[in-house]
Amino acid sequence: MTRHQKIYWAGFCVVMALLIIAPLVLPEFWRRFLTEILIWGLLAMSSDILIGYTGMVSFGHSAFFGLGMYGAAAALLIVSPPNLWLAIIFGLAGAGTVALFVAYFSTRLRDIYFAITTLIFSQIFYVIIFTWTAMTGGENGLTFRRPALSFFGLFSTPFDTATLHWFVLAVVAASYLILRRIMQSPFGMVLQSIRENEPRTRAIGYPVERYKIVAVMLSGLFAGLAGVLYAIQNRFAAPDFVYFLVSGETVIFNVMGGIGTLLGPIVGAGFFLLLRELLGRLFGEQFPYLIPLGFIFIAMIIFLPQGLLGFARRWLNR
Amino acid sequence: MDAVAQFFQTFPYDQLLIQTVNGIVTGMILALVASGLTLIFGIMDVVNFAHGELFMLGAYVGVIVMVGTGSFWLALFIATLTVALIGAALQVVTLRPLIGRDPLNTILVTFGISLILQNYALWQFGPTSRKINEPITSHFILFYLEYPWYRILIAALSAVIIGGFWLFLKYSKFGVWIRATTQDRVMAQAMGIPVPLVYTGVFAIGAGMAAASGVLFAPLVGVNHTMGLDWVLKAFIVVVVGGMGNLGGSIAAAIFVSLLESYASIWVNPSQAVIVSFVVLILTLLFRPTGLFVPTPK
Repeated sequence: MTRHQKIYWAGFCVVMALLIIAPLVLPEFWRRFLTEILIWGLLAMSSDILIGYTGMVSFGHSAFFGLGMYGAAAALLIVSPPNLWLAIIFGLAGAGTVALFVAYFSTRLRDIYFAITTLIFSQIFYVIIFTWTAMTGGENGLTFRRPALSFFGLFSTPFDTATLHWFVLAVVAASYLILRRIMQSPFGMVLQSIRENEPRTRAIGYPVERYKIVAVMLSGLFAGLAGVLYAIQNRFAAPDFVYFLVSGETVIFNVMGGIGTLLGPIVGAGFFLLLRELLGRLFGEQFPYLIPLGFIFIAMIIFLPQGLLGFARRWLNR
Repeated sequence: MDAVAQFFQTFPYDQLLIQTVNGIVTGMILALVASGLTLIFGIMDVVNFAHGELFMLGAYVGVIVMVGTGSFWLALFIATLTVALIGAALQVVTLRPLIGRDPLNTILVTFGISLILQNYALWQFGPTSRKINEPITSHFILFYLEYPWYRILIAALSAVIIGGFWLFLKYSKFGVWIRATTQDRVMAQAMGIPVPLVYTGVFAIGAGMAAASGVLFAPLVGVNHTMGLDWVLKAFIVVVVGGMGNLGGSIAAAIFVSLLESYASIWVNPSQAVIVSFVVLILTLLFRPTGLFVPTPK
């Protein structure tokens, strides 16, 4: 183990330990809050694969997130008693199918055209979900019961906020490690070379389009996973989560936290949600928190384009 | 063949004509919104996410002036001017520092602006929508409908504004500067054209046009803090379908897309008819990414 690795893994263990202990010491509200940060962080992290590593800004991640939610909802409503793993499989299948569809069309385009296409695709799914009332519950969405945490018949225990937190933490940490490994693999290197210079990557002989499609699908799957977790935490699926404002917030999390770091988006989500909570407490529930947050966001793009974790970007990716 | 014959016998020809008129009216407003957007993109490489909010802001300023003075025309004028000034200020403060950076930064910044403006409107004016009274209330008979003259007036006024803008681009000094900067930024600067000023001016003009269309459109639907969202999406579609930065193409695409949506809403409900324009956009991007209404690139 090199020195860098030692420090990295020590830091990783410390953060994990803190997050594991957190629900034991935090009051109920903050427990839920921390879980929510992790879930939004996972969504933002999934979009970092595209923004930070492949150089494609997706404005359509709400579609993957939302389909994950509705997929989980389908599994939880159809099968009785509700099964956690089936919900995850359904959610991933939903998000994966949509991701394949979106990827096939949108990866032929670059830069802002890619951003606009993904945005439009997410709006298509929004309109479908919003107007297909018989299937999706329309504007009201779907509500369902939370499944129990079970391991293939070994044991089964109902979720409370602490066990849910640990479960979400386990999923997010595993996703982070998997994504980090993928981004360091030859496949990840090709994605980063597409970001740096697409024509040259093509000239070397890599089928750029195929790599992009796989990148979008990978990103969509993890976004769908975040959607499943959110559905399990909140016990509902609503079309608001497919609306493009969610995609916009995902991009904001990324930019605030620092793109191309995987961890940055989680930090960004935490920063954003904490600020929002703080503003809400200081000035009351009615306070339009997005106004000051918008100013902070704009100031960060102009003065701190690397984001909060940008300074550690190379170090985290080594 | 029976099915075909039946289709033509039951085909709602009167509705088709009504929807054609509707489509052209909304198309003209959309053209007004989109021409500002396409101008800003063509010259500055800025995808202005806040364009819908400038549209909404124009409508709100219109409401305030209407309440104060009662004159629709004054409201139209003041709203255009105010929002143009706001646009100029926004450009100087937020977009000027980003010149020379990745154009994606400008998407993010304008997205931030749109969040701020939208929430400001919600905070200041509340969620209930406001109403602007139409300046003329007379109707004419179109089949079984009493069709308001005001809608026809909107289309005509939009055409006048776009026409005036075209003349401005063609003959005025500032217009020549704008066209020169679009063609070649560096060369324009070398010839002594104040490019930063042109940028600010273009953003102000685009914002003003969005505001004008906001005031014109407000009597039809009411003023609401979310009214910009639908329009910015539609305007994006139009700008891409028409060919980014191509003014004539945007106008043609605006009318084309609006007509298609109007026709689709004969059969499905209007919120689903939006999908038609989405599909048009995706097909355009796949088969003619440079835009439908531009000559084939050699």
